[in-house]
Parts: sequence; structure tokens; C-alpha cells
Amino acid sequence: MGSYVLRRVLQMIPVFFGATLLIFLMVYTLPGDPIAAMFGDKAADPATVANLRHKFYLDQPLWKQYLHYMGNVLTLDFGTSFTGRPVSEIMADAFPVTIRLALVAFFFEIVIGLTLGLLSGLKRGSFADTLVLVLTLVVISIPVFVLGYIAQTIFAIDLGWVTATVQDSKDITQLILPGLVLASLSLAYVARLTRTSIGENLRADYIRTATAKGLPRRTIIGRHLLRNSLIPVVTFLGTDLGALMGGAIVTEGIFNIAGVGNILYRAINQKEGPTVVGVVTVLVLVYLVASLVVDLLYAVLDPRIRYA
Amino acid sequence: MPAATRTRWAVIGATSVALVATGCGSSGSGGGSSDAGKSFSYQSSEPQNPLQPANANEVGGGRISQNLFKGLADYDPSNGKLRMQMADKIDTTDSQTFNVTLKSGWTFHDGTPVKAKNFVDAWNWGATTANNQINSSWFADIQGYSDVHPKSGAATKTTMSGLTVVDDTHFTIKLTNRVSYFPYKLGYVAFSPLPDGFFADPTGYGQKPVGNGPYQFVSWEHNSQIVTKAFANYQGVDKPKNGGVVFKMYTTAEAAYADLQSNNLDVMDQVPPSALANYKNDLGDRAIDAPQGSIQNIGFTLYQADWAGANKAKVRQGLSMAIDRDTITKTVLQGSRKPASAWVAEGVEGYKADACGDSCKFDATKAKQLITDGGGVPNNKLTITYNADGGHKEWVDAVCNSIRQATGVDCVGDPKTDFKTARAAITGHTINGAFRTGWQQDYPLNANFLADVYRTGAASNDFGYSSPQFDQLANTADQADSVQASVTGYQSAEAVLAQDFPAIPLWYYRTNSGYSTKVQNVKFDSFGNPAWTDVEVKG
Repeated sequence: MGSYVLRRVLQMIPVFFGATLLIFLMVYTLPGDPIAAMFGDKAADPATVANLRHKFYLDQPLWKQYLHYMGNVLTLDFGTSFTGRPVSEIMADAFPVTIRLALVAFFFEIVIGLTLGLLSGLKRGSFADTLVLVLTLVVISIPVFVLGYIAQTIFAIDLGWVTATVQDSKDITQLILPGLVLASLSLAYVARLTRTSIGENLRADYIRTATAKGLPRRTIIGRHLLRNSLIPVVTFLGTDLGALMGGAIVTEGIFNIAGVGNILYRAINQKEGPTVVGVVTVLVLVYLVASLVVDLLYAVLDPRIRYA
Repeated sequence: MPAATRTRWAVIGATSVALVATGCGSSGSGGGSSDAGKSFSYQSSEPQNPLQPANANEVGGGRISQNLFKGLADYDPSNGKLRMQMADKIDTTDSQTFNVTLKSGWTFHDGTPVKAKNFVDAWNWGATTANNQINSSWFADIQGYSDVHPKSGAATKTTMSGLTVVDDTHFTIKLTNRVSYFPYKLGYVAFSPLPDGFFADPTGYGQKPVGNGPYQFVSWEHNSQIVTKAFANYQGVDKPKNGGVVFKMYTTAEAAYADLQSNNLDVMDQVPPSALANYKNDLGDRAIDAPQGSIQNIGFTLYQADWAGANKAKVRQGLSMAIDRDTITKTVLQGSRKPASAWVAEGVEGYKADACGDSCKFDATKAKQLITDGGGVPNNKLTITYNADGGHKEWVDAVCNSIRQATGVDCVGDPKTDFKTARAAITGHTINGAFRTGWQQDYPLNANFLADVYRTGAASNDFGYSSPQFDQLANTADQADSVQASVTGYQSAEAVLAQDFPAIPLWYYRTNSGYSTKVQNVKFDSFGNPAWTDVEVKG
């Protein structure tokens, strides 16, 4: 087990460097000069442009810029944004917000998704099952931004139950609506995945054995059926946590949440290299850690899976 | 932390924010009356640069700096005319040396008095190359600018010889050349004074500015909001009728509009295009439709042989006549623009309606005739370059359609991914034929729309337009003894544009906005900003 974890952690190093290099190349080779763009419609003043380019290390060849950047990152210095704020500070502001939002979404995904999946999986062919199938199909087929605007119009502007955008991201109650919108798609997948998995395992030999032994229904479902059926769901949930963190751009835009998505959107627009690379690098790390946790959870769910 | 505790904390957090936002004012209710202690919120965006007056040229930082600082003069929001603020008077006898007398009693928000030296120091600092101020070229008129900001290389001096402090309330500005309307420029935020404390730590100051304007800085939650409150000792003519402005950051206009509709945002910039069709229905008498000092043009690459010939002006006039401005502004742009009839925007001092004459009126027959007379469009094909991220596609396509139908000239839009890319292509001269261009007033005077755009070698002359006649008329106008004479002079210069036609004037922008039910007396000026200090928050 220990060596397995170590191997996985070591694997993260080349992935980390590879990902940052790719992002760096993509951001820094985009056409257009971000410094000249700061001057808007006015012609840029050459002396100031040259000065600023020098200040942000943009007057060096690309490979030097990358080495310079990585050198700083290894000392946990993610550089400075055009606003003069350290990128690490910007990230320290934005990540907690997005983590809160992602956790709210994750919570709905697990609670509602699993419940619906369990419900329809156990009672296949029933009315409830059909209803779940239809509802999840509807959610899957509607793009998130449409869902977001509909929810905003109905619940905030027409009914006035919630504020149209999030006024204070520390207030969990305000994050419920955006969290639901963000969770909607994955929620539908979780429900369907659980349903299928449970449907398959219900017919498995060990369930028949358990039933024949006269075990109470609670124990059969809780300890045997659910535990075995959760493996594919956990895999999905794990990678999805990473996706929730990065994929919040649309939801954060609609509900005006000052999280990672918002920062990233603005930074890409302004071609603010250090911020984009910094944020995406952290997102890559989140992904890596999440998938590591998923792999480790397998062993908990199914003791036969061992990482010798 | 258990969930229950967490929620309670969150509620406390939200309440304290609300208290700050309303300026902690005690609420006395009463319909129609206003409470001068209450703040209102305004749609904003995260400033791109530290908040230093000479560094704010985008709206996000610009509008906040404008409220935190007040210079010698500003523009009356009701009519766009120059209005004295910190200056008691700005005298000149030769339009080259200006003697400034300051009013007394003004202080910075930290209580230190504003002296003549605060202006001179701030301007010198803003102009010096090493300080990387985006607006440094604003000081270019002042004698000695080339010492602190040479065309290339490092500065040799840190002070401009043209600025002299006489005493605490007097200083003089000497310009390199005569510029009769120089005081008009002084309303720009870059000319604000800075307290002595600024120079010790300009970067730190940019995060926590101390100004002398109607509002003082309270806090900046990055990407979320900037809170300001009314400055009690403000001496300007526009004393705040509200308790402060909370600038809330929005990434999209859609989110701001949704907040406005549900009363979580009080005043916004501009409704999103998706709401243009029905915002007047949604908001009723709280909807705003006001003129702006901005124009949209189609410019030509006059530096290319294809467009350089003397006769080609006729072709450009013909193309202009082939554009049905009335229909396009009404349908495609949903009434959010007004057809242009001059190169200067409506409402600007010196605006002369119909300066463009018949060339800006739709007439397919004459259009075709003029294009033929001028030798036709090269290869009978016109490409209009524009940035695809600014919502320009629809009207560019409509303009092309109009040209195609009226004249048979093949016209296509040439989208560039974003503003940066389009600007790089335009200034790098890698485009062909025509491009979208626009101008938003820096100060509401016709010179700003003409000298800064069409003079030979002007910083924003992307056309490569060079007319000795225009330059000479502009120079004469600059030398004039009064602003009025200079305005008239520039009107004659504008007449030259009607002959040479370096760019097609399309339409003027409008402010399409609105406000919540919590505020009243919201009016917008020609910069597209509300008259901040006039906004009243209902009690």
C-alpha cells in the first residue's frame, strides 16, 4: 500500500511539469500583446510598453520565461498579476469560494443522486423509476447555462426567494441554488450510474445467498448491495470533484461568484499569463489528488482490491 | 465546525457587510424622501491596474479613481461643459502659459491640505517613464515632458521644466506649444493631485488610495467589491447627496441585470444586449436611454496603394452612402445607437450636425455612381476587420449586406478572435481595406475627436491619414486665443474630413441602462457615467 501511494505521488511530478508546460505554451503563444491591450483604443506608448514588458518578464524568449516562472513556482512564488497583486494571494481568495461551491454541489450530487439511483434501481420498472429516468434525461440534455438562467429567472426574479446573484459567498444558504445548478448534470449521471450498478448486483449470487441466509433487508442493501455497487459511482464522483472545481466557470459567471472560474475567465481575457498558469496548475493538482483518493477508496469498498 | 454554527456565522457575516454597504445609516422610512447617509451600489469590474490616477484608463479602475480624486476641473454632467473644482481660476494670456489659482480649504481624505505642490509632484511622477503609468502621454503637452519621458530609453530628469510651484495655492503650467483648450484636458483623472504619502509607497497606495474626491476609500475585496463612503470635508461643487458608492464587481452584464431586476444592484452601466429589446418594459420609468460622447466608425487603410489615390475618397463616400444607418440602428442594434452625421459625437462642445453632409445619407444610386467615378473598390471586394469578442459581428454583417445590396460590391467581415488581436493587426498594418474603429471622448470637446485621431502621426491615427490642409487647420485652431475660437477652427478642420473621407462615421453610442426601486434622481452624463453625487437613496 505504502509503495503504491509513493509511486502514485511520484507519478504526479512529471504530470505536473508536463501540464504546466502545456498551459504555459498555450497562454504565452496566444496572439496579441497583453501589455499593448492595456492601452485600449489608444495607441500604446512604446517606452511604457517596453518597460512593462520588461517588468513582467515578457521581453525574454519563451523558454527563458518558462524557466524563470518554474523557478519561482518551486519557491511557491506564482508571480504578480497586472493589478500588482501576488497570484498566490488571488488564488487564496478564489479557491476557498470555489471549494465551498464545489462541496455544496458535491453534497447534492451524493445525497440526491444516490437516493434517486437507489430508489429507481431497487424498484425497476416502477413509476418512480420511469420518473427518475425521464427527469435525469431532461437535465442531461439541457446545457448548464440554460438551466442556470432558468433557475435564476424563476427563483430570483419572478419568485424572489433568493438573490439573483450570490451576495456573500461565505453564506452557504446563498450557494444552494448555484450549487444545485452546478451539480445538476453530474447528479443525473450519478443517479443513472447507481441505478444500473444496483440493478446488476441485485441479481448477483451473493445477494441471493444473503437473502437465503435470512439476513434483514437493511443489512443486505446497506452492507452488501450498496457497498459493491458504489465502486463505479465513487470513480465517477472522484474525478467529478476535479471537474466541479474547474468547470464552475459558467455557473460562477451566471451567479457572479468570485471564485476560480471568474478569475480564470478574466485572466484568460486579459491574457494574464501568471494567473492562468497558476490557477490551472492548482486545478491539475486537485485532479491528481482526487483520483489518488478514489483509487485508495477502492480498497476500502472492496477488500479484495489490494495494492501490494 | 458543525453546520448550524457555520450558518450562524454566515448570517452574522452577511449582516455586517450589509451594514457597511448602507453606510451604517439609521433608517428612517418615508416614501419619496431620500437619506443622505445611505450608499448605493453600482455595477463595476475589477480594476486592471493598481488604483493610481495616472494608471486608470479602463472603466473598471477609471470610474473608481474618478470618485476618489478630484482635479482642478471636471465636466458638468448635465451639459458636458468644463466646471472648476479645485481651481479657483486657470488664467492664460497666450494659450501657452496657464496660471492656476487653487481654492483653499480642500484636504485629502487623511486630513492633509491639498497644495499646489501636490499637483506638480503628482504630474511629474505620472509622466516619468520609470513609473509605468498608462496615462503618461496625457502630460505630453507640458514643457519638459521629453526629459522625463523620452521616446526611448530611460528618463534623464524626474521633473518637467514647465511646472512651477509659486506658493501653496498657485502654480504655473507652461506648454511646449500653444493649446488653447488645454484646461479641458485637466478634467481627466490623470491630472489629480496626490498626497505626499503616495510617493513613499506607490504600489501599496494603489491598493488603498487616499484622494481628495467626493468619496473616500473604505475597503477593497478583490473581485467582489470596492466600498467607498462620502467624504465629509469635501469642498467640491458636487457634494454627495448619498452616503457612498459600493462598486460591485460583475464579470457579465447579464448577472448585473438580473441583480438590478431583483433590487440587489442599484445602478448599472449598460444593459446586456440580450435585454436591449425589453429593458424598457422590465424597468418602466426606471429605464435610461441617454446620449454618449462616443462614435463608431469604419476606418480605411490609407497607407495601402489601393486606397491611397486622390480619387479613392469618392469610393469611400460611395461606400458610406451605401450603408442604411437608420434601418441598422433600429433593427440590428435595437435602437441602442443613433445614426451619425459627423465625425464628432453628438452633445460634444463643437459638434456640428451634418458635417458629413449627403455622404452619410443612404442613397444606393449615388453610392454606385460615386464608387464607379472613384475607380471602384479594389477587386470589387471589401473586408471589414473587427474583434469578435465585442458584439460587433451582427452590425458588421448588416453593414456588409447593405453595401452588397446597394452597390454590388462584395463585402465580408473579417473577425479577429479578440480586441487584442484585432488591435495588433490594425496597428501592425497587417489588414486589408477597412476596419472597425471607434472613439470615446476623453473630454467633451470636438478637438478630442479630431486632433487625436486624424492629425498626421497622431497616436490613434490608425488610417495612416495625412492631410496638410487638416493639419494646418488643426494647428491654427490650437493656437487660437479662446476655447471658442479653437472649437470653430476644428469645425473647419472637420470639413476637410468630409472631402478626404478617411473613415466612415456610422453611429453614436447611447447609454441604455436603468436603476433599482431603491434610488432616484439617476442621470447619466456623456461619458456613460451616472452623476454619482446626485444619486439619491430612498429613505
